[in-house]
Amino acid sequence: MSVIEVKNLSKIFGKNVKQSIELLDEGKKKEEVLKATGATVGVNRATFNVKQGEIFVIMGLSGSGKSTLIRLINRLIEPTEGSVTIDGEDLATMNKENLRRVRREKLSMVFQKFGLFPFRTILENTVYGLEVQGIPKQERLKKAKEALNLVGLGDYIDQYPDQLSGGMQQRVGLARALANDPEVLLMDEAFSALDPLIKKDMQDELIDLQQKMKKTIIFITHDLDEALRLGDRIALMRDGSIVQIGTPEEILVNPANDYVERFVQDVDRSKVLVAENIMRRPETINIDKHGPRVALERMREEGLSGIYIVDSSRNLKGYLTADAASAAIKQDIRDLNQVLNPNVPTVGLDKPMQEIFDLIHDSQIPIAVVEQKKLKGIIIRGSVLAALARESGVQINV
Amino acid sequence: MGCRSMFDQIPQFPISDWIDRAVNWITSTFSFIFNPIRNEFGDFMSWVADLLEQIPAIVIILIVVVGAFFVTGRKFGLATFSLIGLLFVYNQGLWSELIDTFTLVLIASLLSIIIGIPVGILMSKSRIVETIMLPILDLMQTMPAFVYLIPAVAFFSIGMVPGVFASLIFATPPTVRFTNLAIRQVSTEMIEAAEAFGSTGFQRLFKVELPMAKTTIMAGINQTVMLSLSMVVIASMIGAPGLGRPVLSALQRAQAGPGFVAGLSIVILAIIMDRFTQNIYKK
Ligand SMILES: Nc1ncnc2c1ncn2[C@@H]1O[C@H](COP(=O)(O)OP(=O)(O)OP(=O)(O)O)[C@@H](O)[C@H]1O
Ligand SMILES: [Mg+2]
Repeated sequence: MSVIEVKNLSKIFGKNVKQSIELLDEGKKKEEVLKATGATVGVNRATFNVKQGEIFVIMGLSGSGKSTLIRLINRLIEPTEGSVTIDGEDLATMNKENLRRVRREKLSMVFQKFGLFPFRTILENTVYGLEVQGIPKQERLKKAKEALNLVGLGDYIDQYPDQLSGGMQQRVGLARALANDPEVLLMDEAFSALDPLIKKDMQDELIDLQQKMKKTIIFITHDLDEALRLGDRIALMRDGSIVQIGTPEEILVNPANDYVERFVQDVDRSKVLVAENIMRRPETINIDKHGPRVALERMREEGLSGIYIVDSSRNLKGYLTADAASAAIKQDIRDLNQVLNPNVPTVGLDKPMQEIFDLIHDSQIPIAVVEQKKLKGIIIRGSVLAALARESGVQINV
Repeated sequence: MGCRSMFDQIPQFPISDWIDRAVNWITSTFSFIFNPIRNEFGDFMSWVADLLEQIPAIVIILIVVVGAFFVTGRKFGLATFSLIGLLFVYNQGLWSELIDTFTLVLIASLLSIIIGIPVGILMSKSRIVETIMLPILDLMQTMPAFVYLIPAVAFFSIGMVPGVFASLIFATPPTVRFTNLAIRQVSTEMIEAAEAFGSTGFQRLFKVELPMAKTTIMAGINQTVMLSLSMVVIASMIGAPGLGRPVLSALQRAQAGPGFVAGLSIVILAIIMDRFTQNIYKK
């Protein structure tokens, strides 16, 4: 079920709005519109739905229109055209009073630069949303304290924002949004200002929170790692348009166009993950001890369609499929050397993950990670994504 | 040459005549407002001044000194200065003049603030109001202060009340300007936060904009207080009591000594009031 439906949503900054919209309808690009009319296209006819309980990530380079898009959703920016509905109500055309009600009850925002009020304590900041709703004091303080406990700041309620570290301030921003108990959280680069370690903690926390509270979250980032870790679905933006929407796997494996592919690559190049980080412990058969029967038996036990074959010193010999093993048993072949496939895809321990993507895409069987011919681990498609999604899932070698 | 003679042919526009008539008309038409203000408000101000004068000087001096100590964050500088300065004024026999001046400045500044902040808020919220107000504020501030004395006397006769009136016109602009500026300067980040949580216009103003703007507004108020103090000597020309009178009479009699002493007393009061208001807004 969709909580939010965005249809043909556009925002033009500057003058000549009408003319610019017409140009967009003719299929002109952001640059062309700028040249022709002098107007800046913030968002160009964005259309998507966000489902109940999902983390929907909007990703794109700087200036691609992410912030504009998220601010169109709660109408901090007035749309030029198009509609945004939340639970079936159209925000773009509703009157001020209704808009206020929706903002109070359904939508809360977490800001990139925190947006905390410097003259209010942490508790007073957190209570703000409830205060403007006129909730009785006792009740709103209780809710605000609960939200602060949830983000682990229960002991800091009387401090002022400037007394807290960036990570803690970001938590206050999150607590302030959660205190309202909204249906939808809008998070604009909420973790960008944090250093990598705290960022990762916050991401984990957000995933936990989301699982506990089943919030619908729209999360903006320009960081592919973050998008992959958090997103149930990812929308990629470029020059104000959405160029692809899909699950993390779809985005990585089937980039919709050059832009997405480059984006994926560009971000990846800076990534430190290599084969060693994402490989997992392989099931193996020792060619010096065992024959096809044991191999088949082991495959059955583990539910595998094939297995790697090594010798006593763990040198990689090849890959044996279940079919080949059955055939060998029928023909009464004992020596695995005769039935295994020695041409397996292998990579070194330090192979960058980006290159593994391509290999995995073409390969039917798991990729072997070897060091001086010895089998150290294997990589299957799922483990690449899993590793991206959760670095805590890194497997240690044999 | 031809030009010049042509200009000379144009008769002088009777602008000053018109203004005279306008002031007269206002005076007679609105006397039903001006008279009660002059009487009631004048009485109120004398009452405040009398009240303050009944408090023994030493009590007031002590209160100011202790206040100075705390308001400056437990430092002795301003406290020491206030002690010596106020004792000096007392010693020179200018205490009741000091109280009169203080009363005038206090009430004029309070009125300036009460009028100035709302006007500044309106300006910040409306382009149109801002466009109308800015030239008016320029006029109010650049017109020589003496000029205000004339209609002030016409409306309110002589004494403290016309002094307050002239001071209001002269000293209110900084509070208006700073309030307008301060609210306009509140960052979009804060406004977005206020809006995103569904604040009404008033909630946004009182819970976010004014608290954010407070320091800048206080700087404007500080200037208002100082300007209103600078009206003291001028206001004494229309009979406002206070430290301006001895300055004026010293001027008329060409007596350097008394003039200097009274002038110094104004400076002492100015420094104390300035530092007090400054330290309040720094908090
Ligand atoms: N208030 C505004 N007036 C005019 N143009 C604007 C305004 N806000 C944004 N833009 C323009 O709209 C486009 C999209 O900006 P936006 O801030 O949404 O990008 P973004 O994807 O959030 O970038 P970043 O990652 O740097 O935050 C940019 O070209 C920007 O210059
Ligand atoms: Mg942005």
